[in-house]
Amino acid sequence: MYEPWVLTALLAWPAVGALAVLLAPARWAKHLALGVALIEFAISVPMWWTFVPQAGMQFRLDAPWMPTWGIHYTVGVDGISLFLVLLTTFLVPLSVLGSYSAIATRERGYYALLLLLTSGMIGVFVALDLFLFYVMWEVMLIPMYFIIGVWGGEGRLYAAIKFFIYTMLGSLLMLVAILALVLVVGRRTGIYTFSYEQLMAGLGNLGPLAYWLFAAFFLAFAIKVPVFPFHTWLPDAHTEAPTAGSVILAGVLLKMGTYGFLRFAFPLFPAVALHPAIQAGIVVLSLVGIIYGGLVAMVQPDFKRLIAYSSVAHLGFVMLGIWALTLQSVQGALLVMINHGISTGALFFLVGMIYERRHSRLIEAYGGIARVVPMFAAVLTVVSLSAIGLPGTNGFVGELLVLLGAFQTHPVAAIVAASGVIVAAAYLLWALQRVIYNPLDKKENETLLDLTPRELAVLVPLLACIVWLGVYPKPFLERMEPAAQHFIDTVKR
Amino acid sequence: MPSSILAFVWLVPALPLAGFVLNGALALLRPASKRAVSVIGVGVLAAAFALAVAVVFELARLHPEAPLVFHYWPWLPVGPLRIDYALQLDPLSGVMLLVVTGISALIHLYSVGYMQDDPGYARYFAELNLFVFFMLTLVLGASFPVMFVGWEGVGLCSYLLIGFWFNEKINADAGFKAFIVNRIGDFGFLVAMLLIFRHTGSLDFTDVFARAPTAFTAGDRTITAITLLLFLGCTGKSAQIPLYTWLPDAMQGPTPVSALIHAATMVTAGVYLVARCAVLFALSPVASAVVAGVGALTALFAATIGLKQWDIKKVLAYSTISQLGYMFLGVGSGAYAAGIFHLTTHAFFKALLFLGAGSVIHAMHRAYHATHSHEDAQDMRNMGGLKAHLPWTCGLMWIATLAIAGVPPLSGFFSKDEILGAAFARGAAQPAWYVFWGLGLVAALCTAFYMTRLMLYTFHGPNRTGDAERAQLHEGPWVMTGPLLVLGVLTTLGGVVNLPPLLGGGERLEHWLEPVTEGAARLAPVLSPAPGIEGLLIGVAVAVALAGLVGAWRLLDLERLVPARLAPPERGLGRLLWKKYYIDELYAALIVRPVVWMSREVLWRLVDQRLVDEVGVNGAARVSRALGWVGSQLQTGELGFYVMLFVAGVVVVLGAAVR
Repeated sequence: MYEPWVLTALLAWPAVGALAVLLAPARWAKHLALGVALIEFAISVPMWWTFVPQAGMQFRLDAPWMPTWGIHYTVGVDGISLFLVLLTTFLVPLSVLGSYSAIATRERGYYALLLLLTSGMIGVFVALDLFLFYVMWEVMLIPMYFIIGVWGGEGRLYAAIKFFIYTMLGSLLMLVAILALVLVVGRRTGIYTFSYEQLMAGLGNLGPLAYWLFAAFFLAFAIKVPVFPFHTWLPDAHTEAPTAGSVILAGVLLKMGTYGFLRFAFPLFPAVALHPAIQAGIVVLSLVGIIYGGLVAMVQPDFKRLIAYSSVAHLGFVMLGIWALTLQSVQGALLVMINHGISTGALFFLVGMIYERRHSRLIEAYGGIARVVPMFAAVLTVVSLSAIGLPGTNGFVGELLVLLGAFQTHPVAAIVAASGVIVAAAYLLWALQRVIYNPLDKKENETLLDLTPRELAVLVPLLACIVWLGVYPKPFLERMEPAAQHFIDTVKR
Repeated sequence: MPSSILAFVWLVPALPLAGFVLNGALALLRPASKRAVSVIGVGVLAAAFALAVAVVFELARLHPEAPLVFHYWPWLPVGPLRIDYALQLDPLSGVMLLVVTGISALIHLYSVGYMQDDPGYARYFAELNLFVFFMLTLVLGASFPVMFVGWEGVGLCSYLLIGFWFNEKINADAGFKAFIVNRIGDFGFLVAMLLIFRHTGSLDFTDVFARAPTAFTAGDRTITAITLLLFLGCTGKSAQIPLYTWLPDAMQGPTPVSALIHAATMVTAGVYLVARCAVLFALSPVASAVVAGVGALTALFAATIGLKQWDIKKVLAYSTISQLGYMFLGVGSGAYAAGIFHLTTHAFFKALLFLGAGSVIHAMHRAYHATHSHEDAQDMRNMGGLKAHLPWTCGLMWIATLAIAGVPPLSGFFSKDEILGAAFARGAAQPAWYVFWGLGLVAALCTAFYMTRLMLYTFHGPNRTGDAERAQLHEGPWVMTGPLLVLGVLTTLGGVVNLPPLLGGGERLEHWLEPVTEGAARLAPVLSPAPGIEGLLIGVAVAVALAGLVGAWRLLDLERLVPARLAPPERGLGRLLWKKYYIDELYAALIVRPVVWMSREVLWRLVDQRLVDEVGVNGAARVSRALGWVGSQLQTGELGFYVMLFVAGVVVVLGAAVR
């Protein structure tokens, strides 16, 4: 009963919840949304135990949707998507709770969109039908557009439109590529289908067309990751979005790009992805992301923008891990994806919390506040350390695995990437110093209030994950290893 | 064996970790409960030390040939890669275990007095406990990654404790600088791990060291790269050229922190690493020469800067850098036991010197505080004649001064002598080592000089504090003088652990460490000078030490010294030394400022904002808007125009199809 239906339940429940939030009185909206999100999380948790690492795709459900067009409702997860689903269901309740005091206007709309967004994100990660995948990709885009555009900061409109157009551009190209793929494969095999598995089976040699299709998928996913030079929507969107929007953007939405590479772009067109020039180009772009993203982050005056650029650097590690194509590097990439969701999510929460008190995102507006808000300072320190990959935290294990794995196939790239740890320490600890250390020289900061119990409730689960993944990542690694191996085997075939 | 005490070795690091958790909770929730903090903070260290003693005795009783490895849980199991959380006990980690827990326990006790009035008392002990946990992880870790946990963890605690009084920018800057400079070194450690895993297929010490002689041929490029990268890590952690610049700044932290982290334990981690990887370094003569050469050069370079510093802690900081240089000269010369011997004796006498300096600063600070004076409590020009007020501190610090200067029969004499002897002996085969020996000898002269200078300026001659302050000067409480006394005893007698045969000893430490060093000794035998030469070398070393002492005593004019605020500016060579050869300024101009400028002006403003965003993205938006405008002009609403366009379109399509 649980296994075939859990994914559909995860997909539908937040949408149902969104409707309920819209219909209920406004003052109930946030509590209702929290309840919905917690139940969503509760539904997903048993997957942790019922998931069988060796069993490949599971929790499958397949039903005809538009059979004449070869479109099915097919969902399932493997060791790659399992964690992204769990990361989503884990971050959403925290995001709702983290929005409690920040969102004061049009609460019903906000929470309904947040829940709708959840459905879209789950859909992207569980869809095994390319049409369903595309629909879900769009479903998640629209709520996010409104969340940024309506509840964002001062530059929200520019940021929202930029986010929308960027993503739309990529996704339209992806749609064209999906249609072309279905037609080409259909013409050859006689079966016109959007089914991921059937397409994979009937792919054959696409010839030069493969390069064009790969390019379209690449663009869609590279924008989402984002890969330099398609990244400039991200600092604007992250910075202007309300806190929960930034958390979800960084924590989940960026992973759709890297997930897209792992699930679609790479396995569908391995010959293109592994073409030496293309592979080298992508490795170089991921290194640019790591170093350039870090250096640009270092000089940002705006704390949120700094974290946004640091995402470019972290996702560079993911891209490097995927393209290095060794067991350690791919598993490392998966871990970095999870870790980034946790650590950067926590960073955005923290910046949001201090913003609510002081209404400034500028680093220079603060200084010395560790004396006033010791709890906040302690949590910010721990989270920053995890983001710069201090051993013992989650950040380290992911990066170490990526480096160990990448060094086997791309030694020079691994060394360059390793130097990113210096840059990471520079940008985050410098910001940390200017925010919580140094003289307490601004009057407004002398009366800041420390973290409230509600805020601690948001942060403590994230802190627990930072330590858990840093000290004992084995439960994660053993669940993802067969899927990572399968990915490598598929691509190298 | 599981029934033996050795099965509880995990408790040694776990105790300070528990201390951190408890004190950390108190720091956040009830920062005023100082008594509980002291009991927990010092208690866990006392217990850890007692347990460490029991463990090392048991180890000595068993005296196993191979290291005892204790696996706790799998940490990173990925395919063929298996990294466990595992600790390893062998003679080397046994020595480190005793030094770390012993000195830490004393300094925790001392801190109870030193930090008594500080509002951050609980946070201080939490962070100090955490440091000990990471330091023990570093020395007990059974693989490179576990050691790296400790390696970066101690760096974190160092960062937190240097910037302990974080509301002053200079302190926060110093902590930040320490972390970043150390990360540069850690980058070397990290890349070395990548190479080691690629070439040996493992990161566990036992496997790597067993496979190394077959995986690498002696002197090949890979092993040289690995060892040099590891040594890059050492230059960061152990403050050697070119990454030493953070350590003098680290003196911004509370003085007991300087004593524990920045003198006795953490900064010696690099020496420990080289000794731990003795097999790897023995395989690379080039890397060993670099280690010895950098060590010797740093020993002299830092010692010359120490000659002209006025801040009492800065003198000791450069002295530490210089002494660490000796240790690297030792391990680079293949004399791993001698390096560890000096590490141990240095831990005693340098901790004593720093804690003594702490007593002086504590007294000066209280005196200034009582009189509402804002003079610098660490500038030796403001001191003078403190002997009368701090007799215990003065006497004990003289013992340590004679020890570090290398006067027999104090502990420092034996360990420094062994290092210089080993370097000299190597000179017979490779003349470069004569140069290293010479550098070490001149550094010894400087050492004796600057230490005597420190003692004379601080404790002797006329007092320069001012009359009101003078009445306030006195020794600290017993919790502060007690640890000084214990360290004084250790400083005096510490040499006995490794007395050379020439002086009737049995080189006990050397034999104790043999299971660790014999692998390296097989590849590159330790050389010691012939007995006749050895006697001569000892004579020269003692003569040099005495020359430095007497020279300082004769040359320095205590009567002419004036308080810091009246002092004339330094000129000439003195200014160059006082300004530390302008190396910080050089790094700032060549590296720090260009990187920040390039990141801000080129990468961010030009590439990101101008090129990618303005030209690329918004440019594309403008182009599409222009195209849209063209399109909109076509929407005339006149049917005839549309028909014309339609026909034109059909013609084009047909034309294309026909052709």
